[in-house]
Amino acid sequence: MIAGISIYEILTLTSILFFIGVYGFITRKNLISILMSVELILNASVVNFVIINKYLFPDALQGVFVSIFIIAVAAAETALAVAIIINLYRQIASVEVKDTETMKY
Amino acid sequence: MDISYTILIPVIPFVVFLLLGIFNKKIKPAVSGYIGVGGLVASGILSVYTAYQYFFVYGKVDGVYQTFVQKTVWMNFTDTLAIDMGILIDPISVMMLIVVSIVSLMVHIYSRGYMKGDEGYTKFFAFLGLFSFSIFGLVLATNLFQIYIFWELVGVSSYLLIGYYYTKTSAVAAAKKAFIVTRFADLGFLIGILIIGYYTGTFDFVTLNNPEGSAIMNWASSSFMGLSVITWALILIFMGGAGKSAMFPLHIWLPDAMEGPTPVSALIHAATMVVAGVYLVARLFPMYYFVEDGFALNIVAYVGAFSSLFAAVIAITQTDIKRVLAFSTMSQLGYMMLSLGVSGYDGHEGLGYMASMFHLFTHAMFKALLFLGAGSVIHAVHSNYLKDMGGLRKYMPITNITFLIAALAIAGVPPFAGFFSKDEILVAAFEHNKLIYGVGILVAGLTAFYMFRLYFGIFWGKDTKYNHTPHESPLSMTFPLMILAFFTITAGFIPFSELVTADGAGIHGHMSFLTSLEAIHWDMAAIAITVGAIGIILAYIFYKKENDLADRFSKAFGVFYIWASNKFYFDEIYMFVTKKILFNRVSAPIAKFDKKIVDGTMEGIGNKTVVISEKIKGMQSGKVQDYAFGFIAGVVIIALVFIYLWTN
Repeated sequence: MIAGISIYEILTLTSILFFIGVYGFITRKNLISILMSVELILNASVVNFVIINKYLFPDALQGVFVSIFIIAVAAAETALAVAIIINLYRQIASVEVKDTETMKY
Repeated sequence: MDISYTILIPVIPFVVFLLLGIFNKKIKPAVSGYIGVGGLVASGILSVYTAYQYFFVYGKVDGVYQTFVQKTVWMNFTDTLAIDMGILIDPISVMMLIVVSIVSLMVHIYSRGYMKGDEGYTKFFAFLGLFSFSIFGLVLATNLFQIYIFWELVGVSSYLLIGYYYTKTSAVAAAKKAFIVTRFADLGFLIGILIIGYYTGTFDFVTLNNPEGSAIMNWASSSFMGLSVITWALILIFMGGAGKSAMFPLHIWLPDAMEGPTPVSALIHAATMVVAGVYLVARLFPMYYFVEDGFALNIVAYVGAFSSLFAAVIAITQTDIKRVLAFSTMSQLGYMMLSLGVSGYDGHEGLGYMASMFHLFTHAMFKALLFLGAGSVIHAVHSNYLKDMGGLRKYMPITNITFLIAALAIAGVPPFAGFFSKDEILVAAFEHNKLIYGVGILVAGLTAFYMFRLYFGIFWGKDTKYNHTPHESPLSMTFPLMILAFFTITAGFIPFSELVTADGAGIHGHMSFLTSLEAIHWDMAAIAITVGAIGIILAYIFYKKENDLADRFSKAFGVFYIWASNKFYFDEIYMFVTKKILFNRVSAPIAKFDKKIVDGTMEGIGNKTVVISEKIKGMQSGKVQDYAFGFIAGVVIIALVFIYLWTN
């Protein structure tokens, strides 16, 4: 509970954060940037968990635990994604999305 | 009575077939011949033992021969209707066991000489084994379905053996023709079986043939086009029998079947397989007799009589000796059919039935002998045609004598076997149907004539100059001739009427010397003997010495002679009907319909799918962000829809 700030303002912030992530995910050309956009989406949801826990169910702790869990999973996922991107770079010497379109039709 | 050992009779030849078939290349020809003969010797001993046991030890209860059945259920249709597999022992099946095993054994022995040096020697014996298995199975069948299965098996083995010389185009064509014609006839047989199964609820011979049973008592319960359905079924079953027994108009395959090796013609197309049709009618005889006052049986009689006359006329004009014998077979089968057709059921009325079976037995012996003799001649002369033969009596004494015995037998000269059986048939015909009797007498004369035309043409007649001097066949071929000649002489003295009758109780035949000499109808016999003698004398005048009498006579008959020598153009008629009418008018439009509409629909569906997928495959672009956009857009739309629904 933060004095002077209502849940609506924070939810608005996280929504903006989420859609910035979505926009980035769809429009970025670089795989690393896409990865960063995914992180933004995840962070938006993590903040949501914490905020809803704090504002609506102050006695419970599930939201906090889930947010920690998401952070851990996101870290693992990022490590994996970066590993894939590095391997891809070794193969095609590029991290551009447009160069990874051979697996079609 | 334990009759389960009889199962071995068909099983042994089957084992021989498997052995020779599977180890075809590994077995030396000499060995395979012995294996084949050995198998048949075993089956033959068992058959004779069965016959002895049945006829003289346990078969007769209170003066009536009983039917013994052992079976297991093989396949259930409904709770009541099932197909059984098993063995049925009654007078005619035991008699057929004897016929088949004797002739088959003789043919096996004969083939060891006749087929010597042939490439497919082992294969030949394997096929003979398959055939023996099938015909034994057919004979012992307990119900219509079982007989049908073995019926088709003999058809297959016949096909394989006719087409044995498969490099010859004519042999292949003949094999196909035989198979297709008999298969077509079997279609009728199958429909008949299904009708019987549907309306009587059983396939079992014993149940069907019971004169007080429901199948016979309730024949009038349902009718179709003015006849009882059971009568229709019996007519259709007879169609199957007519196909196998080469009755008019389904006879066209039999002359062509002579393309097979001669021992095969003797075994399959003279003695055993072709009598399967007669056997089938005899097997269902009580049904034929009692249902609708024997309507179907009358058809059998007239078809038999007509076929008999028709074939005898053609046989006179043929020049290929095996074809003469083929038409002779057809004629004699017609004789058996007409005899069944004029028969009654119980007591003396059943004379025709007994005569038919008697003739089947004796005919098997002398016709097999004639074919094997003809094979011996062909083996020596390397030709099938009468014009290449003549004066062979000097070179082939044993063949000459045995052939003469068989010819005398078929011509109905006493005391050879054919005389007794043929006269029983004529007496039966005389007592029931004068028209058929007249046909029978006429055919008897024609038979004597064409058979002695053949005999004089081969062994007397002109002194043909041969490229290399013909010689008598080896012992392996003459031995069966002598054995069969022995049976041809003695078979007539078997008191057949005591053993094989329609109702199982013995009757006094007219010709059984052993039972009662006085009972012979000498007046009937005298007519038959006279007619036969006239035939023989005419043949003697025409063909004993080379002269032009025969040619002048055939010219006098003019068109009729030409028609007969072309088998009344039946092959051509069938060709016309199948090629011009069936193929062009029926099959071709159906084929077009199939190509254009049935195939067209299916291909259209396939082609349209391909075209559409070509158009839309660009959606799968491989760009991850396009997919993500589609996914997210979808989620947003669904979310909006749900929010809209919930808020209202």
